[in-house]
Amino acid sequence: MESRILGYVDGRLKESERLEVEKHLAECAPCCLRVNEFSAVAGLLDELPLIEPSAEFDTRVHARVAAEPQPKAGWWAWMHFSPRIAFAASMLLLMALWLGYRTGTPIAPTIPNDDQAMMQDLPVLEDHDVLQNFEPLKDLPSPVQSDDDSDAQQPQHM
Amino acid sequence: MVRTDVQLMLDVKAGDGNSFELLLQRYRTPLVNFLFRMVRNREQAEDLAQEVFLRVYRAREDYVPSAKFTTWLFRIATNLALNSVRDNRYQKLEVSIDAPVSLDAEDGDERTMDVPEKHPNIEQHLVEDARRKMIRHAIDKLPEKQRAAVLLHKYEELDYAEIAKILNCSESALKSLLFRAYEALRVELAPLVAQRARQ
Repeated sequence: MESRILGYVDGRLKESERLEVEKHLAECAPCCLRVNEFSAVAGLLDELPLIEPSAEFDTRVHARVAAEPQPKAGWWAWMHFSPRIAFAASMLLLMALWLGYRTGTPIAPTIPNDDQAMMQDLPVLEDHDVLQNFEPLKDLPSPVQSDDDSDAQQPQHM
Repeated sequence: MVRTDVQLMLDVKAGDGNSFELLLQRYRTPLVNFLFRMVRNREQAEDLAQEVFLRVYRAREDYVPSAKFTTWLFRIATNLALNSVRDNRYQKLEVSIDAPVSLDAEDGDERTMDVPEKHPNIEQHLVEDARRKMIRHAIDKLPEKQRAAVLLHKYEELDYAEIAKILNCSESALKSLLFRAYEALRVELAPLVAQRARQ
């Protein structure tokens, strides 16, 4: 009954509970007295007046809310467009590409086509010089010339 | 159509400042009154109420409507009030070593607040003033948790389940807490109770 008396006083009980309490109160004088006294206490509490917040209350709340930092951005916020960041990022990218190109490619001067062809034949020319100036080869007898060769080659010794 | 507290809070979460303003208008008076009755100091009550709104605003992004908005709101307010009451108690203990605080000094805020502008009878006014003082002192004498329970139950008209969540206890424990609080008030206010019961 103890837990229901206050609910009964405040009118917060279900209909079935209220009827049970009223049935009990009809037979129990102490509980009946307690209900009257609790009702009196509740009435006394109602005598306290309400106060209104001061005129500055809202202004102060607004000021404190305005002073709050903006919510922290998520990890993806860096993707949001920002002209400065975009410019810096593109410049960095260009610089990285340029440096990569410079270090990855061997430095080669531009060579004209004729000279390039000559440089490709250099090993052959070097062999020719070696053979022509090789002393032991000079002591060898002249090769026997065939008829076919006579048209094609000039005689070595005039 | 009136938007519910939860709808307003979800709109605040979505970045709608007007919804926060509506919540402020809806709950500033109940909060200030609850906190004033808890801490017995108007200025401090307003500071705490501002803090409650600030915490609601700060928590907007993480807000999930898992409970009634009032449960959440008054839970923040109750925790702040209980902490403040405890802090004040320690401060008063420190102050009392050098300069004891009289009851009249504690009632300073009440006096300025309750004086009616045009009272027909000064004697009647004094009687009513004395009654209110007695009622306030009876509430003040309640242990903090009982006081919070009575205020939430009587003045904010929250249901038992909500108050139990706010005070972090079971419903049956809350009913027992309220019964003991009303018993204490009945004893403390016995002359007024008898007077009222005769009416």
